[in-house]
Amino acid sequence: MLDQLESLYEASLTKLEEVDSTAVLETWYRDTLGKKGGIYLLTRQVGQLSADERPIFGKRVNVVKNELEAAYEARLAELKATELADKIASSAIDVTLPGRPLTSGGLHVITQTLRDIYRIFGDMGFQIYRTPDVETDAYNFELLNFPPHHPAREMQDSFYTENPDVILRTHTSAGQIRAMREYYPEPVRVILPGMCYRNEQITTRSSIQFTQVEGLAVGTNITFADLKGTLTEFARRLFGADRQTRFRASYFPFTEPSAEMDVTCFLCDGKGCQVCKQTGWLEILGSGMVHPNVLRNGGYDPEVYTGFAFGMGPERIAMLRYGIDDIRQFWNNDLRFLKQF
Amino acid sequence: MLVPLSWLKDFVTIDKPVEQVDRLLTNAGLEVKTIEKIGIPGAALEWDRELVLLAHLLKVEQHPNADKLVLATVDYGDGRSKTVVTGAPNLFDYVGQGEISGLQIFSPLALEGSVLYDGHKDGRVTAKLKGRELRGIYNDAMLCSEKELGISEEHEGIILIKKDANSPDYQPGTPLQDVLGDAVLEIDIIPNIARCASMVGVAREYAALTNQPMRYPDYSVKMEGGDVNGAAVNGRITLTTENPELNPRFVGYIIEGVQQTASPYWLQYRLRLAGQRPINVVVDISNYVMLEMGQPNHTFDYDFLRRRADQYNPGGPIQINTRLPHDGETLTTLDGTSHKLEPYSILVTDPLGNLSLGGVMGGADSEIKPETQNVFLEAAAWNFINIRRTSTKLGIHTDAAFRFSRGVHPSQALLGANRAANLLNRLAGGTVANGVLDTYPNPPEPITVMLKLDYARRLSGLNLSGAEMAELLGRLEFTTEVQEDHLIVTAPDHRMDIEGPHDLVEEICRMYGYDNIPSTVLSDVLPPQRGNAKLEQEERIKDTLVQAGLQELITFRLTAKAQEAKLLPKNHVAGPDERPYVTLTNPLSAERAEMRHSLLASVVEIAAHNSRYQDRLAMFEVGPIFIADEDEILPIEQTRLSLVMSGQRTVLGWQGGQSGTYDFYDLKGVLAALFNELHLSVSYEPVEHPTYRPGRTARLLLGETQVGVMGELHPLVAEQFDIQMEDDDQPVLAADIDLDALIAHIPSHYPYDPISPYPAVHEDIAVVVDKSVPAKEVEEVIRNSGGYLLKDVELFDLYEGSQLGAGKKSLAYHLTFQAPDKTLTDKVVQKSRQKIVGQLKHRLNAQLRE
Repeated sequence: MLDQLESLYEASLTKLEEVDSTAVLETWYRDTLGKKGGIYLLTRQVGQLSADERPIFGKRVNVVKNELEAAYEARLAELKATELADKIASSAIDVTLPGRPLTSGGLHVITQTLRDIYRIFGDMGFQIYRTPDVETDAYNFELLNFPPHHPAREMQDSFYTENPDVILRTHTSAGQIRAMREYYPEPVRVILPGMCYRNEQITTRSSIQFTQVEGLAVGTNITFADLKGTLTEFARRLFGADRQTRFRASYFPFTEPSAEMDVTCFLCDGKGCQVCKQTGWLEILGSGMVHPNVLRNGGYDPEVYTGFAFGMGPERIAMLRYGIDDIRQFWNNDLRFLKQF
Repeated sequence: MLVPLSWLKDFVTIDKPVEQVDRLLTNAGLEVKTIEKIGIPGAALEWDRELVLLAHLLKVEQHPNADKLVLATVDYGDGRSKTVVTGAPNLFDYVGQGEISGLQIFSPLALEGSVLYDGHKDGRVTAKLKGRELRGIYNDAMLCSEKELGISEEHEGIILIKKDANSPDYQPGTPLQDVLGDAVLEIDIIPNIARCASMVGVAREYAALTNQPMRYPDYSVKMEGGDVNGAAVNGRITLTTENPELNPRFVGYIIEGVQQTASPYWLQYRLRLAGQRPINVVVDISNYVMLEMGQPNHTFDYDFLRRRADQYNPGGPIQINTRLPHDGETLTTLDGTSHKLEPYSILVTDPLGNLSLGGVMGGADSEIKPETQNVFLEAAAWNFINIRRTSTKLGIHTDAAFRFSRGVHPSQALLGANRAANLLNRLAGGTVANGVLDTYPNPPEPITVMLKLDYARRLSGLNLSGAEMAELLGRLEFTTEVQEDHLIVTAPDHRMDIEGPHDLVEEICRMYGYDNIPSTVLSDVLPPQRGNAKLEQEERIKDTLVQAGLQELITFRLTAKAQEAKLLPKNHVAGPDERPYVTLTNPLSAERAEMRHSLLASVVEIAAHNSRYQDRLAMFEVGPIFIADEDEILPIEQTRLSLVMSGQRTVLGWQGGQSGTYDFYDLKGVLAALFNELHLSVSYEPVEHPTYRPGRTARLLLGETQVGVMGELHPLVAEQFDIQMEDDDQPVLAADIDLDALIAHIPSHYPYDPISPYPAVHEDIAVVVDKSVPAKEVEEVIRNSGGYLLKDVELFDLYEGSQLGAGKKSLAYHLTFQAPDKTLTDKVVQKSRQKIVGQLKHRLNAQLRE
């Protein structure tokens, strides 16, 4: 009987070698180690053995069982690994096929640009203050030191309404006096975003409607050097830490001294390209120290207070950043345009 | 304004490359827009310094073998001479005159190997000069036309430049670059630098920026008998100004015997570089003086004035008077246009009528004619606002009006008259009659400003001493008196823009250099941080709608009533919106003449545009509408939210599947998501609204307040906006909401609902009710009767079928019961359920569907 056990053992191991799938392996197990398998059937005949032979046989059966179990486990692991590898190999997909489309929405590119501006100035303590689109001539011009018939009025062609004192604001600077009058006597640090209107021919570079963000800081200790520092920080955060700025003398009736700020072109790194017209510089905003008449009109004594103001066009910033060559796209709202941002 | 660098060099030494000149001027506020180079390195055509030279014309002979060619012998320096074969017609006059070097005629000479434009080809085609035989005579050089040098298109003859006492000192052999080579700067003259609208003005800035002295033009006048006191003039013309506030100064000279020839080449060349067309020497001098030193001036035909005087004052002086027009007065300007004059347009007149529109344009009758020899020269000062109004109203935009409307100081009138008289004498051969007429009743006081050093430092951020500030201001010709803590500063008389100390700080900063001022961070106290709650809520609403798959729009706020009327079907009688508009009096077009009343109309218009290219539309805008208010000067600006959805619910990819198209409940789902985010409890009620499809319209209520309307756009409205969806039956969903009202109700705080650790029990219930019972009522009965254990009610099926019986529908709900503090027993749940069933039956006559 011991011989029978040994030959069963040998035969089982041989069969195990031939097993090629987990399903066949389970059959092998049933036939060999299962409740009615070969080993079991052999142990049922143990009664035919002598008392001396029984312990020897019993011992041997346990050894054989354990070894077959171990061989089974090893084979099982081997087969599973092969089967998984086969399954993976046969189930490769074309990863270059497009993903399932989402019906996602989006913010208008100008809203995105405005939020960039809000965030940067917000970090510097500038709060957002909004004022009306339809404005009085006083807030838009007179209180900002534009007397009637002043040549500077020609720089901004206004839309007039049926009330001669009411116009569509030509710049968000119109909100300066409103902000000062509300904040007085506190110091002021605000940005004023909004829609502006000018009666100009609609071209790829100019629109009758455009957004602007005005900034205003008024206090007892604000200098032209602070203006330069604040706006340079802004430019570096918006356009990149390596950007240089340049300030040029300019003219706005409501600031004195006045300055235009240029930023080194972020497309060519200041080397000169088509966008910066080979100058290496991009004109980004107008700025200046608040004119004493304007401070006075806002309620602040120019002998005590100074301040700076600036204004920029989000459309221009977006046009430069994304290479948009037609300002009319912003209000056409073609989804093929808007979805790109 | 076009500024040739060579012209500036008359007044200030410029030894820096033009790029540096550009930087200096641009940084100081004289923005250089473009630079056009002529002949010099960087120009489209560079003239070789060795091969393109100035030559002195020695003699001109007929070509022995050709009628249409001549042989010109020139000296081109260092004792070199050359005979050139040329067909230039303007040399033929000199044939047979023998040796003509005494005429001092110079011309550009190009030697073999030089590259120029081909004068015989259209456009600008370069060609290299090679020696070749021309009718038997070998020729390897060329006298050049303007076209060949790239100066102009002129190719009728070669350039001939005459040297005389008034011209530059031309020398043969000088590289042509140094004679005609130039860089022309286009400078943007912004309103506060009107003083720079001339060569002298720009040169003065450059001199100040580089700390160099200025060389002013020759303002001396050589008179007939040296009698500057003007006895001779006084008897001939009298000058009065009726409105000195509008015409503060009027300066005049009589100049006799002028020759109306062509101007010398150098003068013509400068005028052209500066953008003026040369006419004849008298007209050219007038323009030249204006461009050179900024004072516009005008020449009248003196004999014409004299003949008129013989009618109103025989034998007596000409009587010039400046005055405002009479009612209905008209004037024909020298361009031949007749103008009806505005009451504020000041005129130069004599007793017979008007002669010119002061400071704007001369009159046709009194202008100088080809035969005019005697001229009356005017240089005056005018009120800039009057000139601006006149020039704008009459649409006359002359160079004179450009300058006067920005302000020319009266001090310049005498200088301008002197300069013009000087040139008319030297270049046009005129004789200046003794004396100057100068009516200047109220010369303004010099502008003197006190500048506190402390203020200057506080504004600029520069810690300069009084002496340093005085030095910077002195460069711009300000005179200063330095005191311990302040400066007394007097502006030079060409400055009209200095009003107070802040203007001086700008000048100090400009001279110091904006680039040299340090950059510092704000160290002033931080103001109280108040935030902007309304804007923050608007941005939150936008984000929520974007998450829901909608695209934000920003549309035109200017529209037309007719465009907004499309929101009403054509046959609709009265609009729901009779409120007044904000209407423009000067719209650019009729389509953009009113400030909008409806944000929805703007959004639907954009939807219609996109419907041509898209099969899915889901968009919104947050923005204001404008309602004129009779009691207030400014309109009410109300913030609205408008949404439009139409077309495919999802974009199907390559795997296909089912999408379906948007319907009423998609829009309602978006709104529910929004109100959920805002923690607003909004209810919906059926309503009639002309914009929307009857039976598919709801109004949105916050408590009792209507905050908006939503629904399917009325098919006739969709058609009026020309929305072109793939299938005509596809509904266009729209909503229009008063965002101000909505935002006002957003709670700042809301309670959190704890998650119970005990299991929930789910029960389904299906009830049959009359079709007319709104689902909302069924749900309300369930919620109200379910007690506090009923956590959630969710409709999962709606069925209408014949087996229910006519006019019936079945609604099936998932009910969720849960207690915060214990596990629910079946008994408790069944009790709740029975109560719900009982109430449904009692209140809505609902039958449980088994």
